[in-house]
Amino acid sequence: MSSTDISIHPDVHHAHEEHDHHHDQNFLEKYIFSQDHKVIAKQFLFAGIFWAFVGGFLSILFRLQLGWPEATFTFLEPILGGWIENGKLNPEFYLAMVTMHGTIMVFFVLTAGLSGTFANFLIPLQIGARDMASGFMNMLSFWVFFLSSVVMFMSLFLDTGPAGGGWTVYPPLSALPQAIQGSGTGMTMWLISMALFIVSQLLAGVNYITTIINLRTKGMSMTKLPLTVWALFFTAILGLLSFPVLFSAALLLIFDRSFGTSFYLSDIYIAGEALTNTGGSPILFQHLFWFLGHPEVYIVILPAFGLVSEVIATNSRKPIFGYRAMIGSMIGIAILSFVVWAHHMFVTGMNPFLGSVFMFLTLIIAVPSAVKVFNWIATLWRGNIRFSTGMLFAIGFVSLFISGGLTGIILGNSALDIQLHDTYFVVAHFHLVMGAAAFFGMFCGVYHWFPKMFGRMMDEKLGSVHFWMTFISVYLVFMPMHYIGIAGFPRRYYNWTGFETFNIFTDMNTFISLAAIIGFSAQFIFLFNFIYSIFKGRRATQNPWHANTLEWTTPVLPGHGNWPGEIPTVYRWPYDYSKPGASEDFIPQNVPFSQTQSSNLPSERDLE
Amino acid sequence: MITFAIGLSIVLLFVVLFLLFRIGTLASIFRGSSQRAVGTTRTSNRVNSTLFLLFLIGGGAAFAWSFADSWDTMNLPLASVHGEWTDDLFWTTMVVIGIVFVITQVLLFIYSFKYQHQDDKRAYYYPHNNKLEIVWTMIPAVVMALLVFGGWKTWTKITSAAPEDAVVIEVMGKQFNWMVRYPGADGELGVAKHTLITATNEFGVDFSDPAAMDDFMPMEIHVPKGQPVLFKIRSRDVIHSVFLPHFRVKMDAVPGMPTKFWFVPTKTTDEMRSETGNPDFKYELACTEICGRGHFAMRYILIVDEPEDYQAWLAKQTPFAVQNPEVAAKFSSTSEQAVAANKTEKAEEVKSEL
Repeated sequence: MSSTDISIHPDVHHAHEEHDHHHDQNFLEKYIFSQDHKVIAKQFLFAGIFWAFVGGFLSILFRLQLGWPEATFTFLEPILGGWIENGKLNPEFYLAMVTMHGTIMVFFVLTAGLSGTFANFLIPLQIGARDMASGFMNMLSFWVFFLSSVVMFMSLFLDTGPAGGGWTVYPPLSALPQAIQGSGTGMTMWLISMALFIVSQLLAGVNYITTIINLRTKGMSMTKLPLTVWALFFTAILGLLSFPVLFSAALLLIFDRSFGTSFYLSDIYIAGEALTNTGGSPILFQHLFWFLGHPEVYIVILPAFGLVSEVIATNSRKPIFGYRAMIGSMIGIAILSFVVWAHHMFVTGMNPFLGSVFMFLTLIIAVPSAVKVFNWIATLWRGNIRFSTGMLFAIGFVSLFISGGLTGIILGNSALDIQLHDTYFVVAHFHLVMGAAAFFGMFCGVYHWFPKMFGRMMDEKLGSVHFWMTFISVYLVFMPMHYIGIAGFPRRYYNWTGFETFNIFTDMNTFISLAAIIGFSAQFIFLFNFIYSIFKGRRATQNPWHANTLEWTTPVLPGHGNWPGEIPTVYRWPYDYSKPGASEDFIPQNVPFSQTQSSNLPSERDLE
Repeated sequence: MITFAIGLSIVLLFVVLFLLFRIGTLASIFRGSSQRAVGTTRTSNRVNSTLFLLFLIGGGAAFAWSFADSWDTMNLPLASVHGEWTDDLFWTTMVVIGIVFVITQVLLFIYSFKYQHQDDKRAYYYPHNNKLEIVWTMIPAVVMALLVFGGWKTWTKITSAAPEDAVVIEVMGKQFNWMVRYPGADGELGVAKHTLITATNEFGVDFSDPAAMDDFMPMEIHVPKGQPVLFKIRSRDVIHSVFLPHFRVKMDAVPGMPTKFWFVPTKTTDEMRSETGNPDFKYELACTEICGRGHFAMRYILIVDEPEDYQAWLAKQTPFAVQNPEVAAKFSSTSEQAVAANKTEKAEEVKSEL
């Protein structure tokens, strides 16, 4: 929609008024307590990037320990202070770092940073809405998240350290300060922070769902939605249904820790004293935790599915292959994700019959996942691929998702899980499939939608250097980890030198640590590119990627309300790329069929 | 001074890199890159698509080489009956997913290379093909069904009830070591309660229970080769997990909820020593559930004996009650009723919860 059209529309006056009104906003309303979905998205993005560097840095610290178990780390004393004892890392602090790395990456980066950024940014822009259903709730969602971040960040500086019982915080370890220092104040702050985090997620989720259902522009039926919006829709539903369960798990844990109840505690003798708790079950916590925890991994990966589908279609200049199958497989994955949680618990002493049931349900998920992969590859087939940085990351995503996803077939098999449970095989599996892959989805999204966020382009050369360094080092880190896992190396070990069985692969661990350091360093190229491009990047055009979706019909830098005039009407699905007979190789969603008679398919004739 | 020099050279290096980046950007603008849509420039497409192809070939070769090179190291020697089933199933599944892995990765990278942008070309408009979708839904579904069936059969056999004649051993995890208890000649473990735990009586065994009188707690686990061994697993503080890598055995030790795992060892420690060529070889028991500061150091030794050696070893053991008569003596005053009450509790011991 060109700007000259606007003046003839009657409600332009209203739109301008709204626009002008917001020019009067002071700094605080415009950038800090903003209710504009685009500003909130950027706030989530900046917070996510900050947390990603914190989480990544922690992983480098413990990779140093694992790669060079005999070395002394006196040089880290200025940063870590008392946690370095005589040049050695304190083993409890090692566990605390592992715990915080997991918590930060899963929740603060890949949940808040990924779906927080892109759900906020893309939902209104792609469905043709002026903003979220409730701008205020949206703002609240960010600031509650911010508060939760502050609490979690502060816990890193406690004398007794942050929570140290693993990101899954299984009681009794997480319930008893006698068991590990981190289960004192650190764990209390973890629980407070997570409770706030859940509140933030629920506020956001309700908003996303409502917006997608109610605020779609004229003509935007559910079957004309871009896959990004579908993916974010399912993500929001999963979050809304599963996060409350984590909340209840956390609440009961708070009761056990502070009010002497026995939900999770039973028959414990610790620190020279028998506790009075009886009748509780630690396994109950695991059921409740994984009832969130498993949908959570799909909350992390579904937005990446959406972003990647969109970027692959746009840059292959081809419609996404099997649009309906893509939606169907996401529905399948979303539903199945609620009935597979106990595959994390095959060897907890759970009834073996349940193990069989959960193995069956878990392996079914491989089917819709495989369909998605085949569809992405089919989309590339006979395309005309533009290697923008976003596209590089999208292809990288598919590769990582295959590599990591396939080993899920092994781990979902309860008989095989006996040997592999809690070994590095699991670590390699989920880091590839939900860690690195989701990160690649996020990078893909940032590079692709950066022009719409900041009105400027990111540098493509630096982007490609960033991609190749990251892609190669991710494989160098996680492929060898499978070997270590097959050899049975247990997770969360401070070192393995005490065991003859695990006194192998020392060089391999050093190698992995080196690759991790290179991979982490490459992220500074991204950071530079990101910050530099916000201020000095090349100015973007309105539709730099020649994409079809509605966000590219907005001005280069959309203001409050997104479209200066009327919201465009949608006539077609978002994937009319390279349609035979069309003059360009893309037809945006807001172009009516009457204007594209040369390319209309027989079935579209009567829509003219 | 040296630190300063190093710092300065690092700063200068960054300045140089930054200038190179600026010059590169300006040069590309002069070459007219800004006139073209992003991602359609010749160099960027040729470089990136070729790199994908190189990544496929180079990465594939590196993976194949490192896999072959690590093969002997990653395959732990095997010493149990059910381990053979799970190892076979593991490598069968590996072959299946390996095939899918190779096909999909090859297609992904080959297509990326082959269909790189060309100005005079247009992509093929191909939005869907339901037949194809059905085919590639059904194939994985059938493969999964077979794998589920194989896994389910193996899993059911492994988790079935232990044979009557199994050697029963109690394994208890605590921060941060393992402790084991044998039932002694009567084949029955005495009742234990966490409230009875003291510095000497670490299991909290109730010695008013006659079955407890011949229980003994050795410093190493001994099991006979070729006979089923049933581990009754519990924890007295936080969750631990019993992991015997060579026997492919793993089961969590949960406070308040006893668990179990049974297996049949197939090679004695001596046989394993000659097989691996390592005269110091020992079977190890490790913890695989995060349990605190000493999680990485919960090592315990397990020795597999020939059945006759095992009998000889058993005969040499002295019951705890005999070694520590003063501990057992304290219990003599306990009423019969307490034991009876404890007995009913014990009946539930083997039951798996949830």
